[in-house]
Amino acid sequence: MSIFDEELMRLKEKVLLMGSMVETAIKDSVRALVDRDNQLAKNVIENDHQINTLDSEIDEECIKLIALMQPKAGDLRFITTAMKITTDLERMGDMAANIAERALELNEEPILKPYIDIPRMREIAQAMTRDVLDAFVKGDKKLAMDVIMRDDEVDDLRNAILKELVFFMVQDPSTVTRAMKIIFVAQYLERIADHATNIAEMVIYLVAGKLIRHMTLPGEGTK
Amino acid sequence: MADTVEIQAKALNFYYAGNVHSLKQVNVPAHKNAVTALIGPSGCGKTTLLRCFNRMHDLYPKNRYEGEIIFEGRNILANDVDVIKLRSDIGMVFQKPTPFPMTIFDNIAYGLKLKGITRRSDLSERVEKALKNAALWDEAKDKLHVSAYDLSGGQQQRLVIARALAVEPHVLLFDEPSSALDPISTGKIEELIVQLKHNVTIIIVTHNMQQAARISDWTGFMMLGELIEFGRTDKMFTAPSEKLTEDYITGRFG
Repeated sequence: MSIFDEELMRLKEKVLLMGSMVETAIKDSVRALVDRDNQLAKNVIENDHQINTLDSEIDEECIKLIALMQPKAGDLRFITTAMKITTDLERMGDMAANIAERALELNEEPILKPYIDIPRMREIAQAMTRDVLDAFVKGDKKLAMDVIMRDDEVDDLRNAILKELVFFMVQDPSTVTRAMKIIFVAQYLERIADHATNIAEMVIYLVAGKLIRHMTLPGEGTK
Repeated sequence: MADTVEIQAKALNFYYAGNVHSLKQVNVPAHKNAVTALIGPSGCGKTTLLRCFNRMHDLYPKNRYEGEIIFEGRNILANDVDVIKLRSDIGMVFQKPTPFPMTIFDNIAYGLKLKGITRRSDLSERVEKALKNAALWDEAKDKLHVSAYDLSGGQQQRLVIARALAVEPHVLLFDEPSSALDPISTGKIEELIVQLKHNVTIIIVTHNMQQAARISDWTGFMMLGELIEFGRTDKMFTAPSEKLTEDYITGRFG
């Protein structure tokens, strides 16, 4: 294996490490909410800086490789994709930290209603994150496409939660603070899924050499 | 697309003396006012192809062409083509600077005199213009009558380009024009090539892939005498279609 290939392998491993940390953060942040586990929420918030550090490290690594190795074709697409992916992953980490913050606040108050759709959203968003990283590693265009398709499910769940909680707020204004915070959590999860979709689009670029961002898929409105 | 093509090889085969089949069914266009780079591993046929474009191979009688090279509406491989005239329309610059053992002025005037331009004032004007076009005028204007060998390697290469430009070619062929030069001289040659494409069509053979990426508009990748892929340079270096191209430009050959 050439020195360059080794460097690329190390880069790939680092992106995967960052991805798995983000995935854990998503899982734990929602668990902290559902299980009312303040310590877990605090861990998520504290660990976020590690994700940020990795983001900077990976960016520096990519810039160095571009300058020193003058990558071309597939290598170039891999490195630029890694740089863009980490930007999305970093934002996903921030969203998980935000969920943990809302969890700390919500855990101070009585439960408004059992969480049903939020864990469901978490499950899909987390699976999208895991699968898109898998697609990145394997160069699997089909799996990346599948991740993009799943984004709609998350949107639908977010809309359902919004509708339900607006009903709560209208019925009983004393629920407004809690309901708003739960809506925020749903919104964060929806954003996480959007970032996973962005990554999936980059994976398709990596594999096929075609940018599909900001394109409308058949039967879909503009984003 | 067709009317933007300056010169085009069609089903070109080439055999060196002794029947070495060195180019196989090559179809490659060079677009007007653009730089076309030919890349590929040593022995892939890129220099052989370049030399077909002004029939350099004719110097060895047993070499043989098959197929066509269309230039200005006719096949330049035809028997009745005036090869001397062809080589002033389609000039060539080699790897190592090849100034003639004479003054800077005479190096450029030589080709002009062959074309029948003899009036001193005409010659001076054309020499100045050629040196300016080759970005050498400022450095050479005060020593036009010293030996060309007094110039540095990079300056000699630009002198050779000026000499080729003086006879107003339509196409210039470059065979690794900067492989014998340092990075600064290389940079000047590259800048010059990019400027020259506004007036002439350029085909360049280079081992330096970064150079091909920097200065060319179109790139052809060759291997074992065949053209594997031809396309816009930006596409070739970001997302080539052929696996062989990908392997070569990412340095994972063999």
